[in-house]
Amino acid sequence: MSDDASGVTTAERGLGSGPAGVASFEDEAPGAGRRIQHFFHQNPTAIPAIILLVAVAVFGFVTGGRFFGSLNLSLILAQVTLIALLGTAQTLVIITAGIDLSVGAIMVLSSIIMGKLAVDYQVPVAIAFPAGLLTGLLCGFLNGLLVTALKLPPFIVTLGTWSIYGALITLVSNAATIRAQALDQYAPFLRWMGARIPLGGGAFLMYGSILMLLVAVVIWYLLSRTAFGRHVYAIGDDANAARLAGIQVNRTLLGVYTLAGLLCGIAGWVLIGRVGAVSPLGNQTANLDAITAVVIGGTSLFGGRGSILGTLFGALIVGVFDSGLSLTGVDPLWRQLTVGALIIIAVAIDQWIRRVSA
Amino acid sequence: MNRFWKATAASAVLLGLASGSAYAQEIVGLITKTEGNPFFVKMREGAQAKAQELGLELRTFAGEFDGDNESQIAAIESLIAAGAKGFAIVPSDSSAIVPTIQQARDAGLLVIVLDTPLDPMDAADATFATDNRQAGRLIGQWAAGTLGDEAANAKIAFLDLATNQPTVDYLRDQGFMEGFGIDVKDPNRYGDEDDPRICGHEVTGGAEEGGVTAMETLLQRCPDVNVVYAINEPAAAGGYQALQSVGKDDGSVLIVAIDGGCPGVQNVKEGIIGATSQQYPLDMASLAMEAIAKFAEDGTKPEVDPELGFYDTGARLVTDKPVDGVESIDTTEAAELCWG
Repeated sequence: MSDDASGVTTAERGLGSGPAGVASFEDEAPGAGRRIQHFFHQNPTAIPAIILLVAVAVFGFVTGGRFFGSLNLSLILAQVTLIALLGTAQTLVIITAGIDLSVGAIMVLSSIIMGKLAVDYQVPVAIAFPAGLLTGLLCGFLNGLLVTALKLPPFIVTLGTWSIYGALITLVSNAATIRAQALDQYAPFLRWMGARIPLGGGAFLMYGSILMLLVAVVIWYLLSRTAFGRHVYAIGDDANAARLAGIQVNRTLLGVYTLAGLLCGIAGWVLIGRVGAVSPLGNQTANLDAITAVVIGGTSLFGGRGSILGTLFGALIVGVFDSGLSLTGVDPLWRQLTVGALIIIAVAIDQWIRRVSA
Repeated sequence: MNRFWKATAASAVLLGLASGSAYAQEIVGLITKTEGNPFFVKMREGAQAKAQELGLELRTFAGEFDGDNESQIAAIESLIAAGAKGFAIVPSDSSAIVPTIQQARDAGLLVIVLDTPLDPMDAADATFATDNRQAGRLIGQWAAGTLGDEAANAKIAFLDLATNQPTVDYLRDQGFMEGFGIDVKDPNRYGDEDDPRICGHEVTGGAEEGGVTAMETLLQRCPDVNVVYAINEPAAAGGYQALQSVGKDDGSVLIVAIDGGCPGVQNVKEGIIGATSQQYPLDMASLAMEAIAKFAEDGTKPEVDPELGFYDTGARLVTDKPVDGVESIDTTEAAELCWG
């Protein structure tokens, strides 16, 4: 798991191109617990990876291998695609010690702008589609502007914009669904992300999942291999120290929220593909589902630690639990309860690991 | 300058007259579950048109999400404070809202419940609603009639609403089962049946996205599904999308739903949904406005069906493939009556 050691930048190490270690502690005789703690501190994605593997093994055993059916595994990937995309956007924001409660609303609003323009106003899709992406970008930009210019806490800002974008969804769509057949007629391109590449034996890969993985790779590169990424982690670790080190904190934050908004716009496109129609209903909890994926994936809500890979694992863990429990015929309420327990465990582990650097 | 003052005085007089006439109007309210659902949008339009016709001042409110009881309490309180004559409400939480409704009735307001009956039903002055169990029965009978002898070996997937099984959820689901000829065991609960034809129940939240995921899950449990019951048309559309992905959009699966919204009727026309039960939200709202106007006039309260305990605004089966013994209208007629 040497994917991402940059999630542990500390002030002592400075920014720039130091060795990829962390501030180490010279324990007289490090006990086993200490060593485990230290290992996890260096590899933040190890925990979600272990949980994922264990969950897959357990469900595979309990369902008599049905869980490993190629169709089932394909479905899990398709079902977590949206949450993973929103989770990617959310990870960016959470690493800066912020939070974005409006991601789900931005996604739905973007999808409605695309569908409405293309079908109701018969705007060519070459305009309608970018307009939807731009909507996402602008929503994110507004979030960033309020956080940086007005110096408001991100939680409050996005709580407000969540309501605002939610109201816009209803105003713009007039609460009406755009049917799949109408999309086929005017803008089949908007449904493209829902297309599936058959892989034989019932297995398939949805275009949207490929896009999600591509986006994840790009954002991973951005976070772990560029100066911008370093700045994002530094701000999350300690905004004041980052400012003193000469980082343009406000500009970076504005960039993070805007980029998150754009990713939600992309998620809006995938949403149309996955659902087949453009619907103002549903997705009310998408923002919280995304936060769940991020937290279970080992990204810290206190900022400065976390990774995209972890978030992908987090989304997959939720998907695996959902699918595994439903295959075993467990009441959906228990699925909800399990995911809730996972969140608590994930944050508890994060806190325990942090004591290494405390 | 002189002219300016004259104009100002004239507009002040006009404004005074306008507001004077507004004060003379009786205030009525309409409280729906959410803003974001075509069913409630249509209801509001129906109420608005009727209120205008009767010279009532309509104030509309809605919760922020399905199940938002707080907003509805605040709306009722504000109507009491405004001295409204009465209001119509689609309760988000049929039992938690009862004490607040009692307060309104104690304050002399006429309370009419639309669409979702209270628990207990007689906590309102009157209830105007679709008989959801009957709406379910209609599509159940139609599905059984369409399959004929094959109904005995059907494989049925249920796309339900929510895990807590709200009234509308079990009424429609159990009604469908009755119509299809399945032993429902407890008629106010689904999931306790042991008929081998049932593949399973999954919840959709009544939206497309939930329909896709729920259908995908059920397809794994029974790949040979040939009947899909859906709580409403958006869930049915989502279910169809999932069936399409596995090549089962070839007419081998019969989908039935309830609602009668315009996109749903269109889906019946195109053969995506086999049949749907249409309900009439516009009628519910305009009838309620009439009832409140009458109450304001002479204090009479509306009558309800003593058998059902509510006034049934009716449900009609919509299909282009009628079945003997089940009354239905075709999609052309339904398109003129549809909402949303």
